Amino acid sequence: MRPFTYERAGDLSEASRLGANTGQGQTDAPVQFLAGGTTLVDLMKLDVLRPTRVVDISPLGADLAGVALTSRGLHLGALATMSKVAEHPDVRRAYPAIAESLSLAASDQLRNMASLGGNVLQRTRCPYYRDPSWEACNKRRPGSGCTAIQGYNHNHAVLGVDENCIAQYPGDLGVVLAAFDAEVELSGPSGARLLAFTSLHRPADGEPHLETNLRPGEVITGFNVPAGAWTRRSLYLKVRDRSSYEFALASAAVGLDMDGETVRQARIGLGGVAYRPWRSPEAEAVLVGKPLDEATAKAATDAAFAGAVTHGGNDFKPELGRRTLVRALLQAQSLPVSEAS
Amino acid sequence: MHQSSDTRGPSRRGVMGAAAGLAAGSAARVAAQPAVSGAESGGHVAMRLQINGHDHDLNVDVRTSLLDALREHLDLTGSKKGCDQGQCGACTVLIDDQRELSCLTLAIAAQGRRITTIEGLAGADGALHPMQQAFIDNDAFQCGYCTPGQILSAVACVAEGHATTDADIQEHMSGNLCRCGAYPKIVLAIKQARGQMGRG
Repeated sequence: MRPFTYERAGDLSEASRLGANTGQGQTDAPVQFLAGGTTLVDLMKLDVLRPTRVVDISPLGADLAGVALTSRGLHLGALATMSKVAEHPDVRRAYPAIAESLSLAASDQLRNMASLGGNVLQRTRCPYYRDPSWEACNKRRPGSGCTAIQGYNHNHAVLGVDENCIAQYPGDLGVVLAAFDAEVELSGPSGARLLAFTSLHRPADGEPHLETNLRPGEVITGFNVPAGAWTRRSLYLKVRDRSSYEFALASAAVGLDMDGETVRQARIGLGGVAYRPWRSPEAEAVLVGKPLDEATAKAATDAAFAGAVTHGGNDFKPELGRRTLVRALLQAQSLPVSEAS
Repeated sequence: MHQSSDTRGPSRRGVMGAAAGLAAGSAARVAAQPAVSGAESGGHVAMRLQINGHDHDLNVDVRTSLLDALREHLDLTGSKKGCDQGQCGACTVLIDDQRELSCLTLAIAAQGRRITTIEGLAGADGALHPMQQAFIDNDAFQCGYCTPGQILSAVACVAEGHATTDADIQEHMSGNLCRCGAYPKIVLAIKQARGQMGRG
């Protein structure tokens, strides 16, 4: 690990001042915020992230770790740990997909450490990104090429990829937040602002080294997840190479608002298969106003994966992703939830 | 609560640690934390860690993980370095009674938190913790390398209320890998100890 200066930020303005060079998530950003450390310390050991200054924002957790359920929706503090939110009774009851996405992620130890803000910013697990001995990685070294496209790409993305990068977004919570219209609360040098969660992560767009639309010095302070009839009839289904403590090969976040057998509204997110937290309005549109059965679920999943691009090792993914989403939709339909409330 | 400094005589670990520190050599500055305010000493910083009920004052490279602080500077070698990447759980310690990974924790960021390692689990009279005894009674290890992490993780697993069924135990112990494959006996050990431990 390269030498760095360690500083603690006592409050948000200090964090933004000390973090003025955090950049947009590129690996050469000279300043990195430290919360739980489960991504940052790992990638610093691997020499992928090379900050000269580490700003510890864990003191902000005194004010930014709350979980609050109101009539408008769910508010999650960015410094709340994954385990705290996964176990929170209000989240489990009113937003089960969020609780499930967290409890199916990582291990108990990592969930006790990782903050929500850090979790949604988790970097790809692409082995060529994580190992600097590979020369070519456009995400790590802009313009150097992509080793994965011709290489080992078993768990690489099939949606949202381009000819420069096929890295998979490995997170789970982010998939639910994308599906559920969440907003990100930010605090930065020029004040506070709100960002749609689906605008937090940038598309590949030929610039995969730029991860987010965060401005330098901006700290994620929380998440707003609006209330909706679909949040209670929701789940997160995760399919992986082993049954626990593993990243998704394919996952689906589903929220349904049902009128009897007919879908009034649907919220659909896809994980393990996409370049960034992925919502599928195409699949949602197929379902609205239709009875939900295996045939309509399949039609929705065909729409979701219509644009899939594979590279050999991940040729299985569109089909696995479709089957995962079909199962998630049918399971969500049969959840014992009363629509009356 | 006692207070002690890291003032032991030279040991193999100590000598190797000093050599590594010299090799690192570049400056790191630390500010805004009372214990280390303004420190600038060739990459080394002063810090105080609270481990097993004792305060330990250290002067180590700012990059030192909590795991390395324990093993290389405090001779608390019960915490094991398996992968050093947060994937195997061998380095699990309790921090403020929660299980966390000491390999992904910067020592300097662990100041002010209560750290429990396997060395601190037995009672003051030396009596083994029920979980330690249960691992022995059930032969819940072969090589033993993952065992300290397994035991601390298991203590937390029970305290959290995540040891109600075999499936529950398996799910909530999945962050601790055992390459000898002692998993069935680890489950038996946890089931033995859970009734002997008070919650929390």
